[in-house]
Amino acid sequence: MPTSYLTISYVQLALAAMSIAINLGISIAYRLQLERSLVIASIRMVTQLLLIGFVLEWLFEQQNPWLIVGLGLLMSGIAGRASVQRTNRRFAGIYWNSILSILAAAALVSGWTVVAIVQVDPWYDPQYFIPLLGMVLGNALNGISLGLDRFMEDVVTQRNQIETLLALGATRWEAARQQVRDAVRTGMIPITNSMMVMGLVSLPGMMTGQILAGASPIDAVRYQIAIVFTIASGTALGTFGVVLLAFNRLLSPSHQLRLDRLHAPK
Amino acid sequence: MQDIGMLDGNGSPIASQRSPVATPESSLLMSATPPRISACADSPLLAIRGLGRRFSERWVWREVQFDLSSKERLGLVGPSGSGKTVLLRTLAGLDRIRVGTIAFGDRPLLQWSLPAYRAKVAYVPQQSALFEGTVERNLQLVFDLSVHARRSYDRSAVLSDLATFERDEEFLSLDASQLSGGERQIVCLLRILQLEPQVLLLDEPTASLDPDSSRAAEALVERWIARGDRACIWTSHDREQLERVTNRQLLLQDFQA
Repeated sequence: MPTSYLTISYVQLALAAMSIAINLGISIAYRLQLERSLVIASIRMVTQLLLIGFVLEWLFEQQNPWLIVGLGLLMSGIAGRASVQRTNRRFAGIYWNSILSILAAAALVSGWTVVAIVQVDPWYDPQYFIPLLGMVLGNALNGISLGLDRFMEDVVTQRNQIETLLALGATRWEAARQQVRDAVRTGMIPITNSMMVMGLVSLPGMMTGQILAGASPIDAVRYQIAIVFTIASGTALGTFGVVLLAFNRLLSPSHQLRLDRLHAPK
Repeated sequence: MQDIGMLDGNGSPIASQRSPVATPESSLLMSATPPRISACADSPLLAIRGLGRRFSERWVWREVQFDLSSKERLGLVGPSGSGKTVLLRTLAGLDRIRVGTIAFGDRPLLQWSLPAYRAKVAYVPQQSALFEGTVERNLQLVFDLSVHARRSYDRSAVLSDLATFERDEEFLSLDASQLSGGERQIVCLLRILQLEPQVLLLDEPTASLDPDSSRAAEALVERWIARGDRACIWTSHDREQLERVTNRQLLLQDFQA
């Protein structure tokens, strides 16, 4: 099959890797002690990407919907877990809350996009479904992480305010509405910011990729717009879901603030 | 750490003897123990039975029982760390009941919707939060809460209460974030009193006030009690004040192991 783009060989890849040597040099010369993490990060990035390249090559030939769905579940599980890891506090069930939120949000918006918008046939065609799900999960993960962390932090630092409201007769929702709103808003900041400057400051990676691969810019842009809407709604749903679940856990149905349920990560 | 659950009974042997482990459900019926202090013929506003609280292995207090009847002013006495605040928080339903029962108006706390209960049994924390905006905004915003929706802000009543503290309208337009500690306590007291609760739980309500304002606060609480079927519980480091404003005192040391 003729390709409309220039391929990169492994030799060319090695040349690209050399550019990181400049960073290493600076780090060593100025004793920034960044070498270790730079080397580890580079090695991880290369290994993970090469592996996923092989996996995708194999995967795109698969036509078994159960396999694709199973893979989607696994990806959601990993993303849900990862979004909790960056937070500073934990409560029992936090991982399940996160996984449930990200799974429900990603399933809903990815399903809608492949079935109704891109109209992929069959809907589980891995060439569309898996990269799309990956982009949705990657962004929802950030939103969930930020929203969850902000909410747990706020209920601790603003405990006095919440309990004053409760003591005045507020329901749990009246008492912590402000914290829920701030948390969801925080989770939406990255995606909203990037939508604001998209095309002006940044060219989205997916669109750039399609253009490099020879697609017409207008086609690529239309694709990108559809995908950004999917990503944004997935992030909003996931963030809102996880913050509501955390709210339900930390403000009990009997209208008590349950900070005793929070603890430091193990 | 998680809470020490009701059934997690590995406290000292004496502890488990003295206070039989009870689940909230099983203690809906009041215990048969006779009231320890009050012998009021009318049914009390608050009835506390066998209340206990511990942090890990240490009991803060246990077997606390008393009745609070209409017109009573109960003083909570105990050194710092004796659990006065924890007791008030528990009575306000902010902390879960671990052992024992609280009943208000003949209904156990667990049968109350807590917002409705807290509208009647109002707790004024030592450091109540004020919200962004003016003093008046702080007094008004409580009426946005659904439980108080049927009431409305009464500026003239607030002004007459303010006059007790020798302050006028101007005070209402001050920014809440610029108030002194004492002024904050005045706002918190006014904020709760305008909701006309039945029981007030006052945690060091005059700690930051000068003597004159303290007396004004005491007078205000006194006037509020006189208006109906009401009672209050005070804590204070000022023994003289407690003698003055309460007619009965509860020594928390009596409930400590």
